[in-house]
Amino acid sequence: MNLYDFCYGIIHWLVDLINHIWYWLAGLPGVFGDFFRSIGDLAASHGNISFFAIVLEAVIMLVIILINVLNFIWIDRKFMGRMFDFYGPYYVGYRIGGWLQNLADGMKLFVKEIIVPAKADRFGYLVAPVIFVGSSIAILATIPLSDKFGIFTSPTDTGVPAGVLFAFAMFAVAPFSILVAGWASNNKYTLIGGMRSAAQMMSYEIPLLLCVASVVVLAGGFSFEAVVTAQEKIWFAIPLVIGFVTFIVCMFAEVEVQPFDLPEAEAELVEGWTTEYPGMRFGLFMMTSYLRGYCAGALITALFLGGWLGPSFIPGPIWFLIKAYIVFVIVEWARWSLPRVRIDQLLNIGWKRLMPLAIVNLIIAVALKSMGWF
Amino acid sequence: MAEMWINMGPQHPMTHGLWNLRIKVDGETIVDAEPEVGYLHRGIEKICENRTYTQILPIADRLCYGAALSWNHLYCRTIEDLMGLEVPERGQYLRVAALEMQRIASHLMWLAAYAADLGMMIGFIYAMRDREIFIDLLQAMSGSRLTYNYCRIGGVAHDAPPDFERDSLRACDYIEKKIEEYYDLYEGSKVFMMRNVGIGKLSKEDAMNLGVTGPPLRASGVRYDLRKDVPYESYDAIDFQPITHPDGDCYARYRVRMEEMLESCKIIRQAVTKMPKGKWRIVAPRNGPVGTGLGRVEDPRGEGMMYAVGDGTDRPYRLKIRSPIFVTVSAAKHMLVGYKVADVVAIMGGLDMCIGETDR
Repeated sequence: MNLYDFCYGIIHWLVDLINHIWYWLAGLPGVFGDFFRSIGDLAASHGNISFFAIVLEAVIMLVIILINVLNFIWIDRKFMGRMFDFYGPYYVGYRIGGWLQNLADGMKLFVKEIIVPAKADRFGYLVAPVIFVGSSIAILATIPLSDKFGIFTSPTDTGVPAGVLFAFAMFAVAPFSILVAGWASNNKYTLIGGMRSAAQMMSYEIPLLLCVASVVVLAGGFSFEAVVTAQEKIWFAIPLVIGFVTFIVCMFAEVEVQPFDLPEAEAELVEGWTTEYPGMRFGLFMMTSYLRGYCAGALITALFLGGWLGPSFIPGPIWFLIKAYIVFVIVEWARWSLPRVRIDQLLNIGWKRLMPLAIVNLIIAVALKSMGWF
Repeated sequence: MAEMWINMGPQHPMTHGLWNLRIKVDGETIVDAEPEVGYLHRGIEKICENRTYTQILPIADRLCYGAALSWNHLYCRTIEDLMGLEVPERGQYLRVAALEMQRIASHLMWLAAYAADLGMMIGFIYAMRDREIFIDLLQAMSGSRLTYNYCRIGGVAHDAPPDFERDSLRACDYIEKKIEEYYDLYEGSKVFMMRNVGIGKLSKEDAMNLGVTGPPLRASGVRYDLRKDVPYESYDAIDFQPITHPDGDCYARYRVRMEEMLESCKIIRQAVTKMPKGKWRIVAPRNGPVGTGLGRVEDPRGEGMMYAVGDGTDRPYRLKIRSPIFVTVSAAKHMLVGYKVADVVAIMGGLDMCIGETDR
């Protein structure tokens, strides 16, 4: 039984409950009775139940991810605190280690006034956060937590056929929205931040996708299920160790954490492209950047660290989350202990170091595949 | 892309205080730069004309939040020169120990701010943590943590606290171990070296012509240190070497400050062990003579100078303050042009700006 079956059952039960009303109203005479009977039939049809089951799946996944994001912010702060010789969040919810601090901060941002700068381009300014948040949440649509726990469309579904492609396509939308946000804010700092984001994307996106290509070559499929199933014997991180390292470095740039957080380099660009966004819009940006951190952890886990595979005394989704958390902590570790590189240095790293490494990695993957070892 | 002027400041994370750096950028490359100071002018020189010599002591502390004791000491030296006083030997050694502690604390605060500028948050916290050791020592000596008000005209306010020698030696051992750790944390990071080596070059000639003093000058290869060249207090009895570095880039400035901290440890060690017993303060007269007094010291940021004119009353007729950073910041254009926007924080951070003394 997968998540689809579970949701289908719940929706089916709800529809049956409500259909008692429709079929009772169907006892009305004439055309009214036929109308309500047809509504009841429509509600009980497979297509309808299936649609709402998928909606329910999406809601369940989103809630799980958002709780994870809250966890991630908390872990980030606690871990940072331990590295920096202090306790991290402590007082708000002290029985659970200060976990509620995130909610308190969110509430503070909620009640702040939302300002649109007078000389900003209003449409671009308002639509940029929507694109940023929406595209980031859309990444999660095709990343399953296990082969039974994801957004499926039938009881025997084996995942979205081109899930990997979709996830990376959605990942690459964000720099566009950053550029729009930076330009529309009509501020020199945000403009430079947005331009940096566009330049940065040029340098890391190609090696990143070459690494994904090598994984897909070995796995022989574009869905996350196929990629993970192909790692049953050995995790791809071992044969493709060059690609693994390259991929992690590119992911640092993709989610804009410390060595590569040039678009919002707070030392020289105040707060980078988010400078002009107050209140909950900034809160959404911040939450979404952690969400992208989760996505990075999940993608590294699924593509290189065997996804949900692991000894069976722990369920698959839990394995997946454990690995994603460990990857996230490593990302944070580097984030808080490295200085920021310069934009021209980042372009150098991207084109002169990561690109050749990614190509070598692709050649290795093709060689392994053509030798018949995978 | 068209060229545009960007105001970095007066309210900006890069500035460490209230000043404005206007840069003209072509894309990401800086083609022109123009520092503007004066936002924090408090008229301290004018205030001093209406205060008695004793009342100016705490005001001199307020000149720089990073190295308050150094300015307090400079004021005392100036007025001692005006009045012709000789500080007892124990007072001189106590001043040397306190000044070098202040120098280490100031350099550690610079290190913290520099790390934060480059985006390395861990360096910020570690350096600030280790600064506490020296703040605590100075607190034991003087009673306060930021504006110490420790020096007096004719000596220092208090004798050394109990166990001062033991605590100072321990603090020196501690910071020497920690500086090795900093070398690992900073220079061990390839990214840090990429951001520093070859950035913000200031040639020896430019540095001398522009009147740059202190660590930026020594990092350009000029061996100029007032503690050695014009010895004051008991520095001539202490064995130490001014640190120089030939490169003149951000890495050299970083290196000079780090090695100066080790050198300061050596000075503190010698000062607390050689310190004689005896008086630490003589009583100064209430009224100054008619005449002038001049004091020059090696502040953590460069050469600080004060010039006082007395008219025979208990107030100075005029007190002129020469701030090292006010002069050093004029080299900004020479250092900045040709580098990227992101290098602004490295280059200007490497100067260790302190706006309190710059604007006075």
